Amino acid sequence: MTTAFRFEPPAGEMPAAAGRTAAPAFLRVRSLTRRFGSFTALDRIDLEVARGEFVCFLGPSGCGKTTLLRTIAGLDRQDEGSIEIGGRDVSTAPPADRDFGIVFQSYALFPNLTVTDNVGYGLVNRRMPRAAIAARVAELLRLVGLPDQGRKFPVQLSGGQQQRVALARALATSPGLLLLDEPLSALDARVRLHLREEIRALQRRLGVTTIMVTHDQEEALAMADRIVVMNHGVIEQIGTPEEIYRRPASAFVADFVGTMTFFEATAAGPGQVRVGTRGLRVDAGATGFPADGTPLRLGLRPEEVRIRGVTTGDDNAFEALVEDLEFLGPFCRARLSARDAPGFELLADFSANLMRDLDIACGAVLRIALPPGSLRVFPRRDDRGGNGAPA
Amino acid sequence: MSATTVTAAPPRRLLTEERVATGLVGLLCLLLLLAIALPLWALLSKSFLDDQGRFVGLANYARYFATPVLVQSLLNSLFVATLATTIVIPLAFLYAYALTRSRMPAKGLFYALALLPIFAPSLLPALSLVYIFGNQGFLKDLLFGASIYGPIGIVMAQVFYCLPHATMILVAALGLADGRLYEAAKSLGTTRWRMFRTVTLPGAQYGLVSAAVVVFTLVITDFGIAKVIGGQFNVLATDAYKQVVGQQNFAMGAVVGMVLLVPAVLAFFVDRLLRRRQVALLSARAVPYAPQPERRRDLLLLGYCILVGGLVAAVLGVAVWASFIRYWPYNLSFTLANYAFAEFDPDGWQPYLNSLWVAGLTAAIGTPLVFVGAYLLEKTRAVPLGRALAQLLAMLPMAVPGMVLGLGYVFFFNAPWNPLGILYGTVAILALNCLAHFYTVAHITAVTALKQIDGEFEAVSASLQVPFWVTLRRVTVPICLPAILDIAVYLFVNALTTVSAVIFLYGPGTKLASIAIVHMDEAGAIAAAAAMATCIVATAIGVKLLHLLLDAVLFGRAQRWRAR
Ligand SMILES: Nc1ncnc2c1ncn2[C@@H]1O[C@H](COP(=O)(O)OP(=O)(O)O)[C@@H](O)[C@H]1O
Ligand SMILES: [Mg+2]
Repeated sequence: MTTAFRFEPPAGEMPAAAGRTAAPAFLRVRSLTRRFGSFTALDRIDLEVARGEFVCFLGPSGCGKTTLLRTIAGLDRQDEGSIEIGGRDVSTAPPADRDFGIVFQSYALFPNLTVTDNVGYGLVNRRMPRAAIAARVAELLRLVGLPDQGRKFPVQLSGGQQQRVALARALATSPGLLLLDEPLSALDARVRLHLREEIRALQRRLGVTTIMVTHDQEEALAMADRIVVMNHGVIEQIGTPEEIYRRPASAFVADFVGTMTFFEATAAGPGQVRVGTRGLRVDAGATGFPADGTPLRLGLRPEEVRIRGVTTGDDNAFEALVEDLEFLGPFCRARLSARDAPGFELLADFSANLMRDLDIACGAVLRIALPPGSLRVFPRRDDRGGNGAPA
Repeated sequence: MSATTVTAAPPRRLLTEERVATGLVGLLCLLLLLAIALPLWALLSKSFLDDQGRFVGLANYARYFATPVLVQSLLNSLFVATLATTIVIPLAFLYAYALTRSRMPAKGLFYALALLPIFAPSLLPALSLVYIFGNQGFLKDLLFGASIYGPIGIVMAQVFYCLPHATMILVAALGLADGRLYEAAKSLGTTRWRMFRTVTLPGAQYGLVSAAVVVFTLVITDFGIAKVIGGQFNVLATDAYKQVVGQQNFAMGAVVGMVLLVPAVLAFFVDRLLRRRQVALLSARAVPYAPQPERRRDLLLLGYCILVGGLVAAVLGVAVWASFIRYWPYNLSFTLANYAFAEFDPDGWQPYLNSLWVAGLTAAIGTPLVFVGAYLLEKTRAVPLGRALAQLLAMLPMAVPGMVLGLGYVFFFNAPWNPLGILYGTVAILALNCLAHFYTVAHITAVTALKQIDGEFEAVSASLQVPFWVTLRRVTVPICLPAILDIAVYLFVNALTTVSAVIFLYGPGTKLASIAIVHMDEAGAIAAAAAMATCIVATAIGVKLLHLLLDAVLFGRAQRWRAR
């Protein structure tokens, strides 16, 4: 990764520090590397997870999320680096010595065993008395909302129910670490929404340290205490959902989490950039702004475009034409183009209210402003990251 | 927090999963090396040594190719194999076409008819042909004075013997059709002949080549048919037998074995190459082809199937019938005298019991071995190198004809330095040989079944700290039970019917039924040979029927969890 310069993140946001937590870490991953032949699936991953935390690995398909999860579980062996769970170095320990429960997208329920036998699968092997096992299984089935399905076989349950059984089975042995690999991806949208709330509530109640893999940013934002955004086998950013959304550390994160309009820009003095012929003010940040002429990428979330009470003197105010409107239920997404700078296009979200109040329609001309604080400045890297400005 | 972060050492267990898996993979490798690799190595090295065990380079090969009789056998083998393949493939293709692309009735019955010869030793069609076209055959005149003993008989018997194998491959190939291609062609107004040429044939081409390769190899390597009906017409397999058993010329036997190995190995690689391509041919979104009823086509194909299927049944039936007849063709009254084997062979019924014993042993030991072996290779991750070696060895027998493996066993287990020599002539070596000979198909069956179950079961059990052998017993085996039964029946039936490998390995008291057939036929007791063959067929079919019954009962209603 070669960047011409470093951006100091705004105060309170330190991506490097975000990798660590205040409390002593329950899970500690150091410099983890995994290669498949000449392909590097995980490239020196550093990560710490606190006890009781809910962490999501988020990233596009093939970025290494599953590999990282399986390596933590010991189902895959790293080429370099170390893993500590609960203060114990388990880098070379077999999975059975790592104390985790796991749930897969495919549920992986044993089809020939009843729900009860599935949930009790890990208990039977511990020489627990039969009555204790039965009580524990009943408790777990109540916990996941399937109190009287114990005698059924997996094929007789819906996908959502099967995934609950898988969850109960993973929790049965009270593991210190719960690993979920895209547990909701095979389910219908409605079931998915419902189950994700339940998993979150259950996790809070039990306080079990949890890592969930997902490629769905909405899921990650809704569920996680902290999100680990990955791309091409490296961690792009670690932070709370809000940090990730509001202060993405890279154009890739900005683009992957939520929607963002990007502009090709160049630096033009402290707090000033140039997009085409237009000059824009941006937040300068605490330390040095890049030298004049440095190529930059500017990002703006559609909901940050200001429209109410914009006056000529406001920063970055200009007139824009509504080219196109996309109806998305509670709000509309507009494609706007600057009247005085052809080719300068951006997306803006307007609530249904606003649409009505301001009479916004295709072809209307609006006075808009782009608040300097909401314009994110990224180095321009062509190897990866967000798409260019929508042309 | 800090109070709970005790550096708890993992519980020390002697039997860790990794150690158990490593040990089992090691055992599997050892067994496969003993049963497959070392005998082949013994054969290979023997072909470069003279009678005194001195290295003579290619001298044996030079002598082989300088001996006109032996070279003639090679040419003979190639000739009958080519001819039989040329006849079987179109026959089987049309038959498979009828089974997959028409709406004719009773497809299941006709498929079963075509598969019948699988349950018989290859000797059986040869014996039948002797009854039909032999010196006292009732259709002898159809040959216009030519003798059934020789290439004509061999080719005819091979056609029956190979038909099921070709039919199975072609039914699979034609069954893979993508219905959308036909709909597209039809909507473009394509004529039927053109559709056949541009859609059907290209779709089946890999199957056709694969079937041809398999049939060619079967014919070249088969021993039983040439032995019974070959007369003075020598082929490779009978040469190997004569060199080793007749003349005790082990070096030359080894060379013949190596020559026999060439077409089989070539066929193996061609087949693998084709299979790999075939998979890519059909996309996951293909729609299965469902033929529309079409009276004229369906009737024609039905007629064809009645003819071919009927012939197959008739040819098998003649030998069975003849075994119950007093004196062909003069006295056709019913008798069981031919089943009083003691009259024809000093061992009496013993060979049949031996066969049951060997087949039962092969199935009883082979089935768990093959399945657990496949499980280790497929689902565990211990000793990658060992698993790769075992995988290679498991696929090897497919490329090794029974005669060759049998020769290898002779040279390996008979070697004076080998302490395993005590096995020679025992039931154990016969079962081991059968297992090695039929290992590949059984292994592939197990692997296919294992691939179909969720790949995360082992991960889940590891996370629950349940060792893999518990999950194997509680989950994997119950799920794979149908495949396990398939393997057991496959091993049993094949161990029961095989001749080629075991002909070198039996000892006093361990003669098998299929070998008794050869001996009784040699001694001119054809009716008794037919009777023994009938016993084998009846047993094999009985076991298969039992299998079907078990399948229906066990997996039909009793297992609610399989239902969807
Ligand atoms: N066993 C394997 N052999 C070779 N490549 C692998 C293997 N497992 C994963 N990969 C590769 O590693 C990359 C990351 O895979 P994975 O962790 O499954 O991605 P994700 O879960 O983020 O979609 C992918 O490019 C994948 O092709
Ligand atoms: Mg994944």
